[in-house]
Amino acid sequence: MTSELIYICAGSSLVGLALYQLATDGDMLLRVLSLNVLAIGIAVLIFASARNAGVTDPVPQAFVLTGIVVLVGVTAALLALAERIDEQDNE
Amino acid sequence: MSDISLLILLPLLAAVCAAATPRAAGLWGLPASILTGVIALWLALDVLQNGAQEIAIGGWIAPLGIVFVADGLAALMLLMTSGVGIVVSIQATSWGVWPSSNVSEKAATMRAGFWPLWLATLGALNALFLSGDLFNIYVAFEILGLTAVGLTALSGTPSALRAAFDYLSAGLAGSLLLLLGVALAYSAVGRVDIEVVPLLADTTSGRIALALIVAGLAVKAALFPLHFWMPAAHSSATPVASALLSALVVKGALYVILRISMEGGVGMETLRLAIAVLGSGAMLWGAWGALQATRLKLLVAQSTVAQIGLIAMAIGLAGDNLQQNGLWQAAALLMLSHALAKAAMFIAVGRIAEELGHDRLSGLNRKELRPGAAEFAFAIASISLIGLPPTAGFIGKWILIDGLIARDAWIWVALILLGTALSAAYLSRVVSRCLRGGPHVSLDAHHPPWRTGDVAALGLATSALLLGLASAFPLSLLEIALK
Repeated sequence: MTSELIYICAGSSLVGLALYQLATDGDMLLRVLSLNVLAIGIAVLIFASARNAGVTDPVPQAFVLTGIVVLVGVTAALLALAERIDEQDNE
Repeated sequence: MSDISLLILLPLLAAVCAAATPRAAGLWGLPASILTGVIALWLALDVLQNGAQEIAIGGWIAPLGIVFVADGLAALMLLMTSGVGIVVSIQATSWGVWPSSNVSEKAATMRAGFWPLWLATLGALNALFLSGDLFNIYVAFEILGLTAVGLTALSGTPSALRAAFDYLSAGLAGSLLLLLGVALAYSAVGRVDIEVVPLLADTTSGRIALALIVAGLAVKAALFPLHFWMPAAHSSATPVASALLSALVVKGALYVILRISMEGGVGMETLRLAIAVLGSGAMLWGAWGALQATRLKLLVAQSTVAQIGLIAMAIGLAGDNLQQNGLWQAAALLMLSHALAKAAMFIAVGRIAEELGHDRLSGLNRKELRPGAAEFAFAIASISLIGLPPTAGFIGKWILIDGLIARDAWIWVALILLGTALSAAYLSRVVSRCLRGGPHVSLDAHHPPWRTGDVAALGLATSALLLGLASAFPLSLLEIALK
């Protein structure tokens, strides 16, 4: 029970921190990083919700895995966009 | 029965082919778009005749497998996507289709980028409309999110790139909320197919999951106050891309909200009320933004915020489909008419800006240039968006207001009428400037020449106009549900 609570608290505070940073900061790199933190927080929450039954359920892990794959792709696209914006700013 | 999965496979395969052969991208793109449209039409007629269809990919049924459901609503959305998509594709052929054709370097880059992105968008949208489970919807949204951002960034201008960055980061945050919602839904009821939504609405943890899913969708649908990324993205993209983004991509999220709200039963009433309230906020906020806009494209993008608000309001007020009040059909019809009119508007605005060399509202009157077909198309599309007869927008609003009066929901009726008056106000900022003749136009003023864009915009605007007369077809299609 305690470990579950720790996971839930850690996950929600990561999500909260990331959303706050996303809403308040304009710097592109920081926003990419806070999106990654948000994804990790959500992954922790999903794992915490999956531990309820006492046995490990593979389906939420598959959800998280899909989320990670998407996150890698989107992060790459965001960084590519950020670099293009930076190039144009320097011209 | 595999024709349903062809609707998704064909555009995605064509997207890969188009990406592999950039010079011949149009040769893949145009036939694939038209073929998908033919399959969608065939499916709609089949649904109309034989009722809704359900297929399980590879024979795996729910809860484990992926199920595609084609009922009347899905078939109508597929038709809408293909119809608008084909016309926009025809407009995109102005970048050249044949590999040998002599086009500028910019047009070649646009062509090589546009076709794979559009085809993947088409595949993702079709997957979204057909999906029978929440996780599959999440996956479709991820494809859609990436391709839509690509379409936004296509023009490569600094403002478009910045808007694309904001769009992608907002979209990712939205889909992470969606993913969390789906995972919580799984932990609450152990399944993720869309039929579990009423079960979710009965438990507290299920309601949290639904609220997260709807919040994620609201980011993607640009529902006020989560629309912050949208006006910049839609107004700085190239006109063809703006037309697709505004007419189709935001409809994907609205469609899923509608579907969830219809399935949700009475347990979702609070969430529905929230959607309706946010929708009315969007209607007023978007109208305010459109009245303030100084650029034509920004005005059209802000009007999308307002129109999404109207549709969301209709969805929120419609309730579940057991109530049989027909309001959800109004929402579907409004989505359809908005898709046609807004695509026409963005293409027309693209043409106007091309002729004028800018898209500032104050510079719409020019001495040496008379209004042309694009301005005419814009005016017809405005009529449809405002909701004057005989357009589909009118029929949608009529059903909506009629149903609300029957329920004595006068506050909502007043809000819709206010929204309509405001939309007439901001659209007439453009139309009245185009209509002005007399001393502002010199005697030897010329008409702008005809281009593909004029034909595309006029075609879309006219079909929005005529759809009102033929609205019996979409309405009878909407009658067909799976159960």
